[in-house]
Amino acid sequence: MSEARMDTLPPGENSRRLAALARIWNNAPGWRGQLTAVNHGTVGLRFIATGFAFLLAGGALAMFIRLQLAWPGNQVLDPERYAQFVTLHGTTMMFLFAVPIMEGFAMYLLPKMLGARDLPFPRLGAFGYWCYLFGGLFLYSGLLFGEAPDGGWFMYVPLTDATYSPGRGVDFWLIGVTFAEIAAVTAAVELIVAILLCRAPGMDIRRMPLFAWAMLVTAFMIAFGFPPLILGSILLEIQRAFGFVFFDVARGGDPLLWQHLFWLFGHPEVYIIFLPAAGVVSMVVATFARRPIAGYLWIVLALVTTGFLSFGLWVHHMFAVGIPLLALAFFSAASMAVAIPTGIQVFAWLATLWAGRPWLRVPMLYLVGFFITFVGGGLTGVMVALVPFDWQVHDTHFVVAHLHYVLIGGLMFPMFAGLYYWLPLASGRMPSESLSRTAFWMVFVGFHLAFLPMHLTGLLGMTRRAYSYPEQLGVHWLNLLSTAASFVLAAGTVAILIDAALCFRHGRPGRRNPWRAGTLEWALPHPVPAYNFASLPVVADRYPLWQDRGLAARTADATGLLGDPASGRRESMGTSILGGVPEQVIRLPGSSWQPLLAALAIAALLACFIARLYLGSVLVLVVLLGQFCAWAWTTGDRHAPARVQAGPRLGLPVQYACRNAPGWWALVVTLLIDGSLFASLVFAYFYLWLGTEAWPPAPMHAGADPTARVALVLLGVCWIAAAASARLMRRGGGRALALPLGVAALAGAGFLRAQWQAVASGTGAPGEHAYASVVWTLAGFHSVHVAVAMLVGLFVAARGQRGYVGAERPLEQRIAAALWAYVAAQGAIAWGVIHLFPEWA
Amino acid sequence: MDRRCWLAAPIVPPLLAGCAGPQSALDPAGPSAAAIAGIWWGLFWMALVVWMLVTALLLAGLRRRRHLSEAGARRMIVAGGLVLPTGVLLGLLVHGTLASDRVSGRSADASHLVAVTGRQWHWDFVYLGDDGRPLAASTDLLAMPLGRMVEFRIESADVIHSFWIPRLGGKIDAIPGRTNVLRLRADQAGSIRGQCAEFCGLEHAFMGFEVQVLAPAEYEAWLRDNAVAQAGEGSP
Repeated sequence: MSEARMDTLPPGENSRRLAALARIWNNAPGWRGQLTAVNHGTVGLRFIATGFAFLLAGGALAMFIRLQLAWPGNQVLDPERYAQFVTLHGTTMMFLFAVPIMEGFAMYLLPKMLGARDLPFPRLGAFGYWCYLFGGLFLYSGLLFGEAPDGGWFMYVPLTDATYSPGRGVDFWLIGVTFAEIAAVTAAVELIVAILLCRAPGMDIRRMPLFAWAMLVTAFMIAFGFPPLILGSILLEIQRAFGFVFFDVARGGDPLLWQHLFWLFGHPEVYIIFLPAAGVVSMVVATFARRPIAGYLWIVLALVTTGFLSFGLWVHHMFAVGIPLLALAFFSAASMAVAIPTGIQVFAWLATLWAGRPWLRVPMLYLVGFFITFVGGGLTGVMVALVPFDWQVHDTHFVVAHLHYVLIGGLMFPMFAGLYYWLPLASGRMPSESLSRTAFWMVFVGFHLAFLPMHLTGLLGMTRRAYSYPEQLGVHWLNLLSTAASFVLAAGTVAILIDAALCFRHGRPGRRNPWRAGTLEWALPHPVPAYNFASLPVVADRYPLWQDRGLAARTADATGLLGDPASGRRESMGTSILGGVPEQVIRLPGSSWQPLLAALAIAALLACFIARLYLGSVLVLVVLLGQFCAWAWTTGDRHAPARVQAGPRLGLPVQYACRNAPGWWALVVTLLIDGSLFASLVFAYFYLWLGTEAWPPAPMHAGADPTARVALVLLGVCWIAAAASARLMRRGGGRALALPLGVAALAGAGFLRAQWQAVASGTGAPGEHAYASVVWTLAGFHSVHVAVAMLVGLFVAARGQRGYVGAERPLEQRIAAALWAYVAAQGAIAWGVIHLFPEWA
Repeated sequence: MDRRCWLAAPIVPPLLAGCAGPQSALDPAGPSAAAIAGIWWGLFWMALVVWMLVTALLLAGLRRRRHLSEAGARRMIVAGGLVLPTGVLLGLLVHGTLASDRVSGRSADASHLVAVTGRQWHWDFVYLGDDGRPLAASTDLLAMPLGRMVEFRIESADVIHSFWIPRLGGKIDAIPGRTNVLRLRADQAGSIRGQCAEFCGLEHAFMGFEVQVLAPAEYEAWLRDNAVAQAGEGSP
């Protein structure tokens, strides 16, 4: 089949095409090129480099913590500084290093592994990066103002509410972390669409590399797992800034609501960190066993099961809170059960080694470190899953030991293995054997000597987040050992980073595919072209390079699929979700200033907000909305043909004319994320209801009065009008969209007026009671969505007038109609909760 | 000191501290902590065996060509990844559940009642009589009767704290707006230590308290020495 897809070209045509591809895909020169770059290779490497920078910052904070704890009575850090350093260390490692670094690996590697040219939303990915960078800087800027967050990385209320943390430190955390989390959310959307739609022809979903499966499950976990924290952060911030009540007992709130929301995110978060690393292990083990992975299907099932189970474990962080034993028993059993899919993966890897011809090179050495360390951490995890044992070791250094064993064992060692494994691909050179092995032993020995004793110090009574401890506990010598060993660990880590950085300039030039691996990324030459493959590969096996020796050479010539850059645009291919059958040609944007400018606008908006300059925030918001409209206006090319020639004898529609357009699936994933955010808010409503005697508290009342009914009817009108737009467009073309979408926008405005009147008539000020706060938040949340749907509808109507949308290019109309349907459904639920439920309860 | 600590010494280097200490969960002074310490040693040996098994399988897999067949690989995955964890976890669940009653102290009636209030950064104790009236009070020092079950009713005056006496049992949080109940019994006389175990602000590290376990007669004397004025009995 592969031969039939090749053109025979006149002499010189191949090099002309390659030069044209390079011109189309390369970044602009100089710093302007760097700031406007959107292609996945540049942005992925940027994520990785920035992630390592935050690793060094978080590690430096840890060194100060260890110095403070080395001996009782030390005064390296005073209690306030210590609290800040502990908070920033945890926050940096969890939010600014562990998740983004694997996002970076995924962005850089997945298109190459899947046989694609780029990720489907390049500007979105670049925008995510800038939000990550600016969010992290925003968080650290608190230090400059003397207002670093100091409530622990988990920020429990009431310690972090306005009464007990009156400064801005907590706000820097809430706003900075949420800003940086935009990157996680955009990555989730982009990776899900990339993995499902943008694989090489022939790459059936059962032939996909296991790293892609791991990232797919991780992306869905991000989609459902990050919203509870985003919602919790919003609730705490509006409580602090505007006097709302969610966590304050005196007025109907509950501090445990924060804990539930935080850990609903917090537990999936650690699997979001681990699963990509497990994906790396699957790739590296297969290469160094010199055979396909054993138990591919078992590993896929284990990944998916871990993803689901991880959402049912969160209460194990709250075993000491006073929840009834029966509920605790369920979470204890579930927490232990998650060890089973992890065990399946571990034994699949071991079986691969046993059934193969193992070859111990540096990446495999780091995996040895992974196995030994991570399994230890997993076993202490099973221990703390047992409730009575957790009642002793919860909030002691035993848990500090456990979490570092699973995070350093389960993320750092596989990540270093992946770094050394793919370094020859990115740099074309081999790192220093002696330095990388020495660094491994420093990290391995340093880590175990530092953290193994903490199991004992915790059992001897040393609590967490304590800036010192009484000498009578008897843990001072062990702490001194931990501190000394942590310097060895730090030195080893720095050595690895220096080794990797130096490799780009001074490494030994290596040959292509030095590990003789079988997956597609190793087909690429060095330097890796910005367009990856000149011709897209056609795949027939899980390890294409092992099955098809000539594949690398064929993809380097522009004679096959998408080899002809005649359109002058960046193009990649979309294939069917399950079978990998070519379906569409996806046209991608080139370099752009928009991602950077939008992220800068958000930074300005948030800076005004934290400075209490709310008018400034509103003005910047208007500018930001204009930027988003301008950005969206550049999508789609109204002069693009509906079908293009993807290769010899293969004509395919362009994405606007394809039912499975990336933009459509991006909407679906975005609505899942938003749905999770809404569900978290509804959860908060019902949680607060359960804890309150009178709901609503007198003199507030709820009920479906006439104004509320009018609001519901108007919402229905929005939905019907938007739904009618499809048929009207089929008959009248893009210009016919103005009527239905205009009616929807008008009805939406009417709905907003009626709903606000209905809520205001019965509900008091938010600061009076948690009931009022959560009802106003529900109404406000939904109102924002209605406003967005109105804006999108009017935008699409305008696009219809200008010829971007029509019967043959229906994508934007479908998006507007679907968005209205979602907003109407969300509104119906919110309406029921606000106006009907209190009467039924 | 527990003999098992010395058996474990070669594995936890260097075991300079031993297992004893005024706040050590491995040096129990009451039935709840003793039950949990028993659970811990079971967990420890389980974990050690599994850890050594996996490491051995890994190193053996790397050193020689094992020539495991596809069917053998499948068996290895099922045996090690499904059967082994399921068996170990079920055993642990049983091991842990059997000890629950001793841990929670539910089986016996409490003969004494103490109201505990955590506040930044001290612990207030009010010793209640059978009718619920306060008999005595103290701060940062807890007196307990030897060999009797005490029920603690734990509240917070400000932020979340956690009440923990490791040598007697597990911890429970002090959360504003709710009262959490913990039952502990001390079976050794003398002085031990408790500490707040939930980050609560600047001086969280030293929000500890001394626990004096007194023989019953001495305990009654202590209560009289630290008595609070009863309501309606003419106080300054």
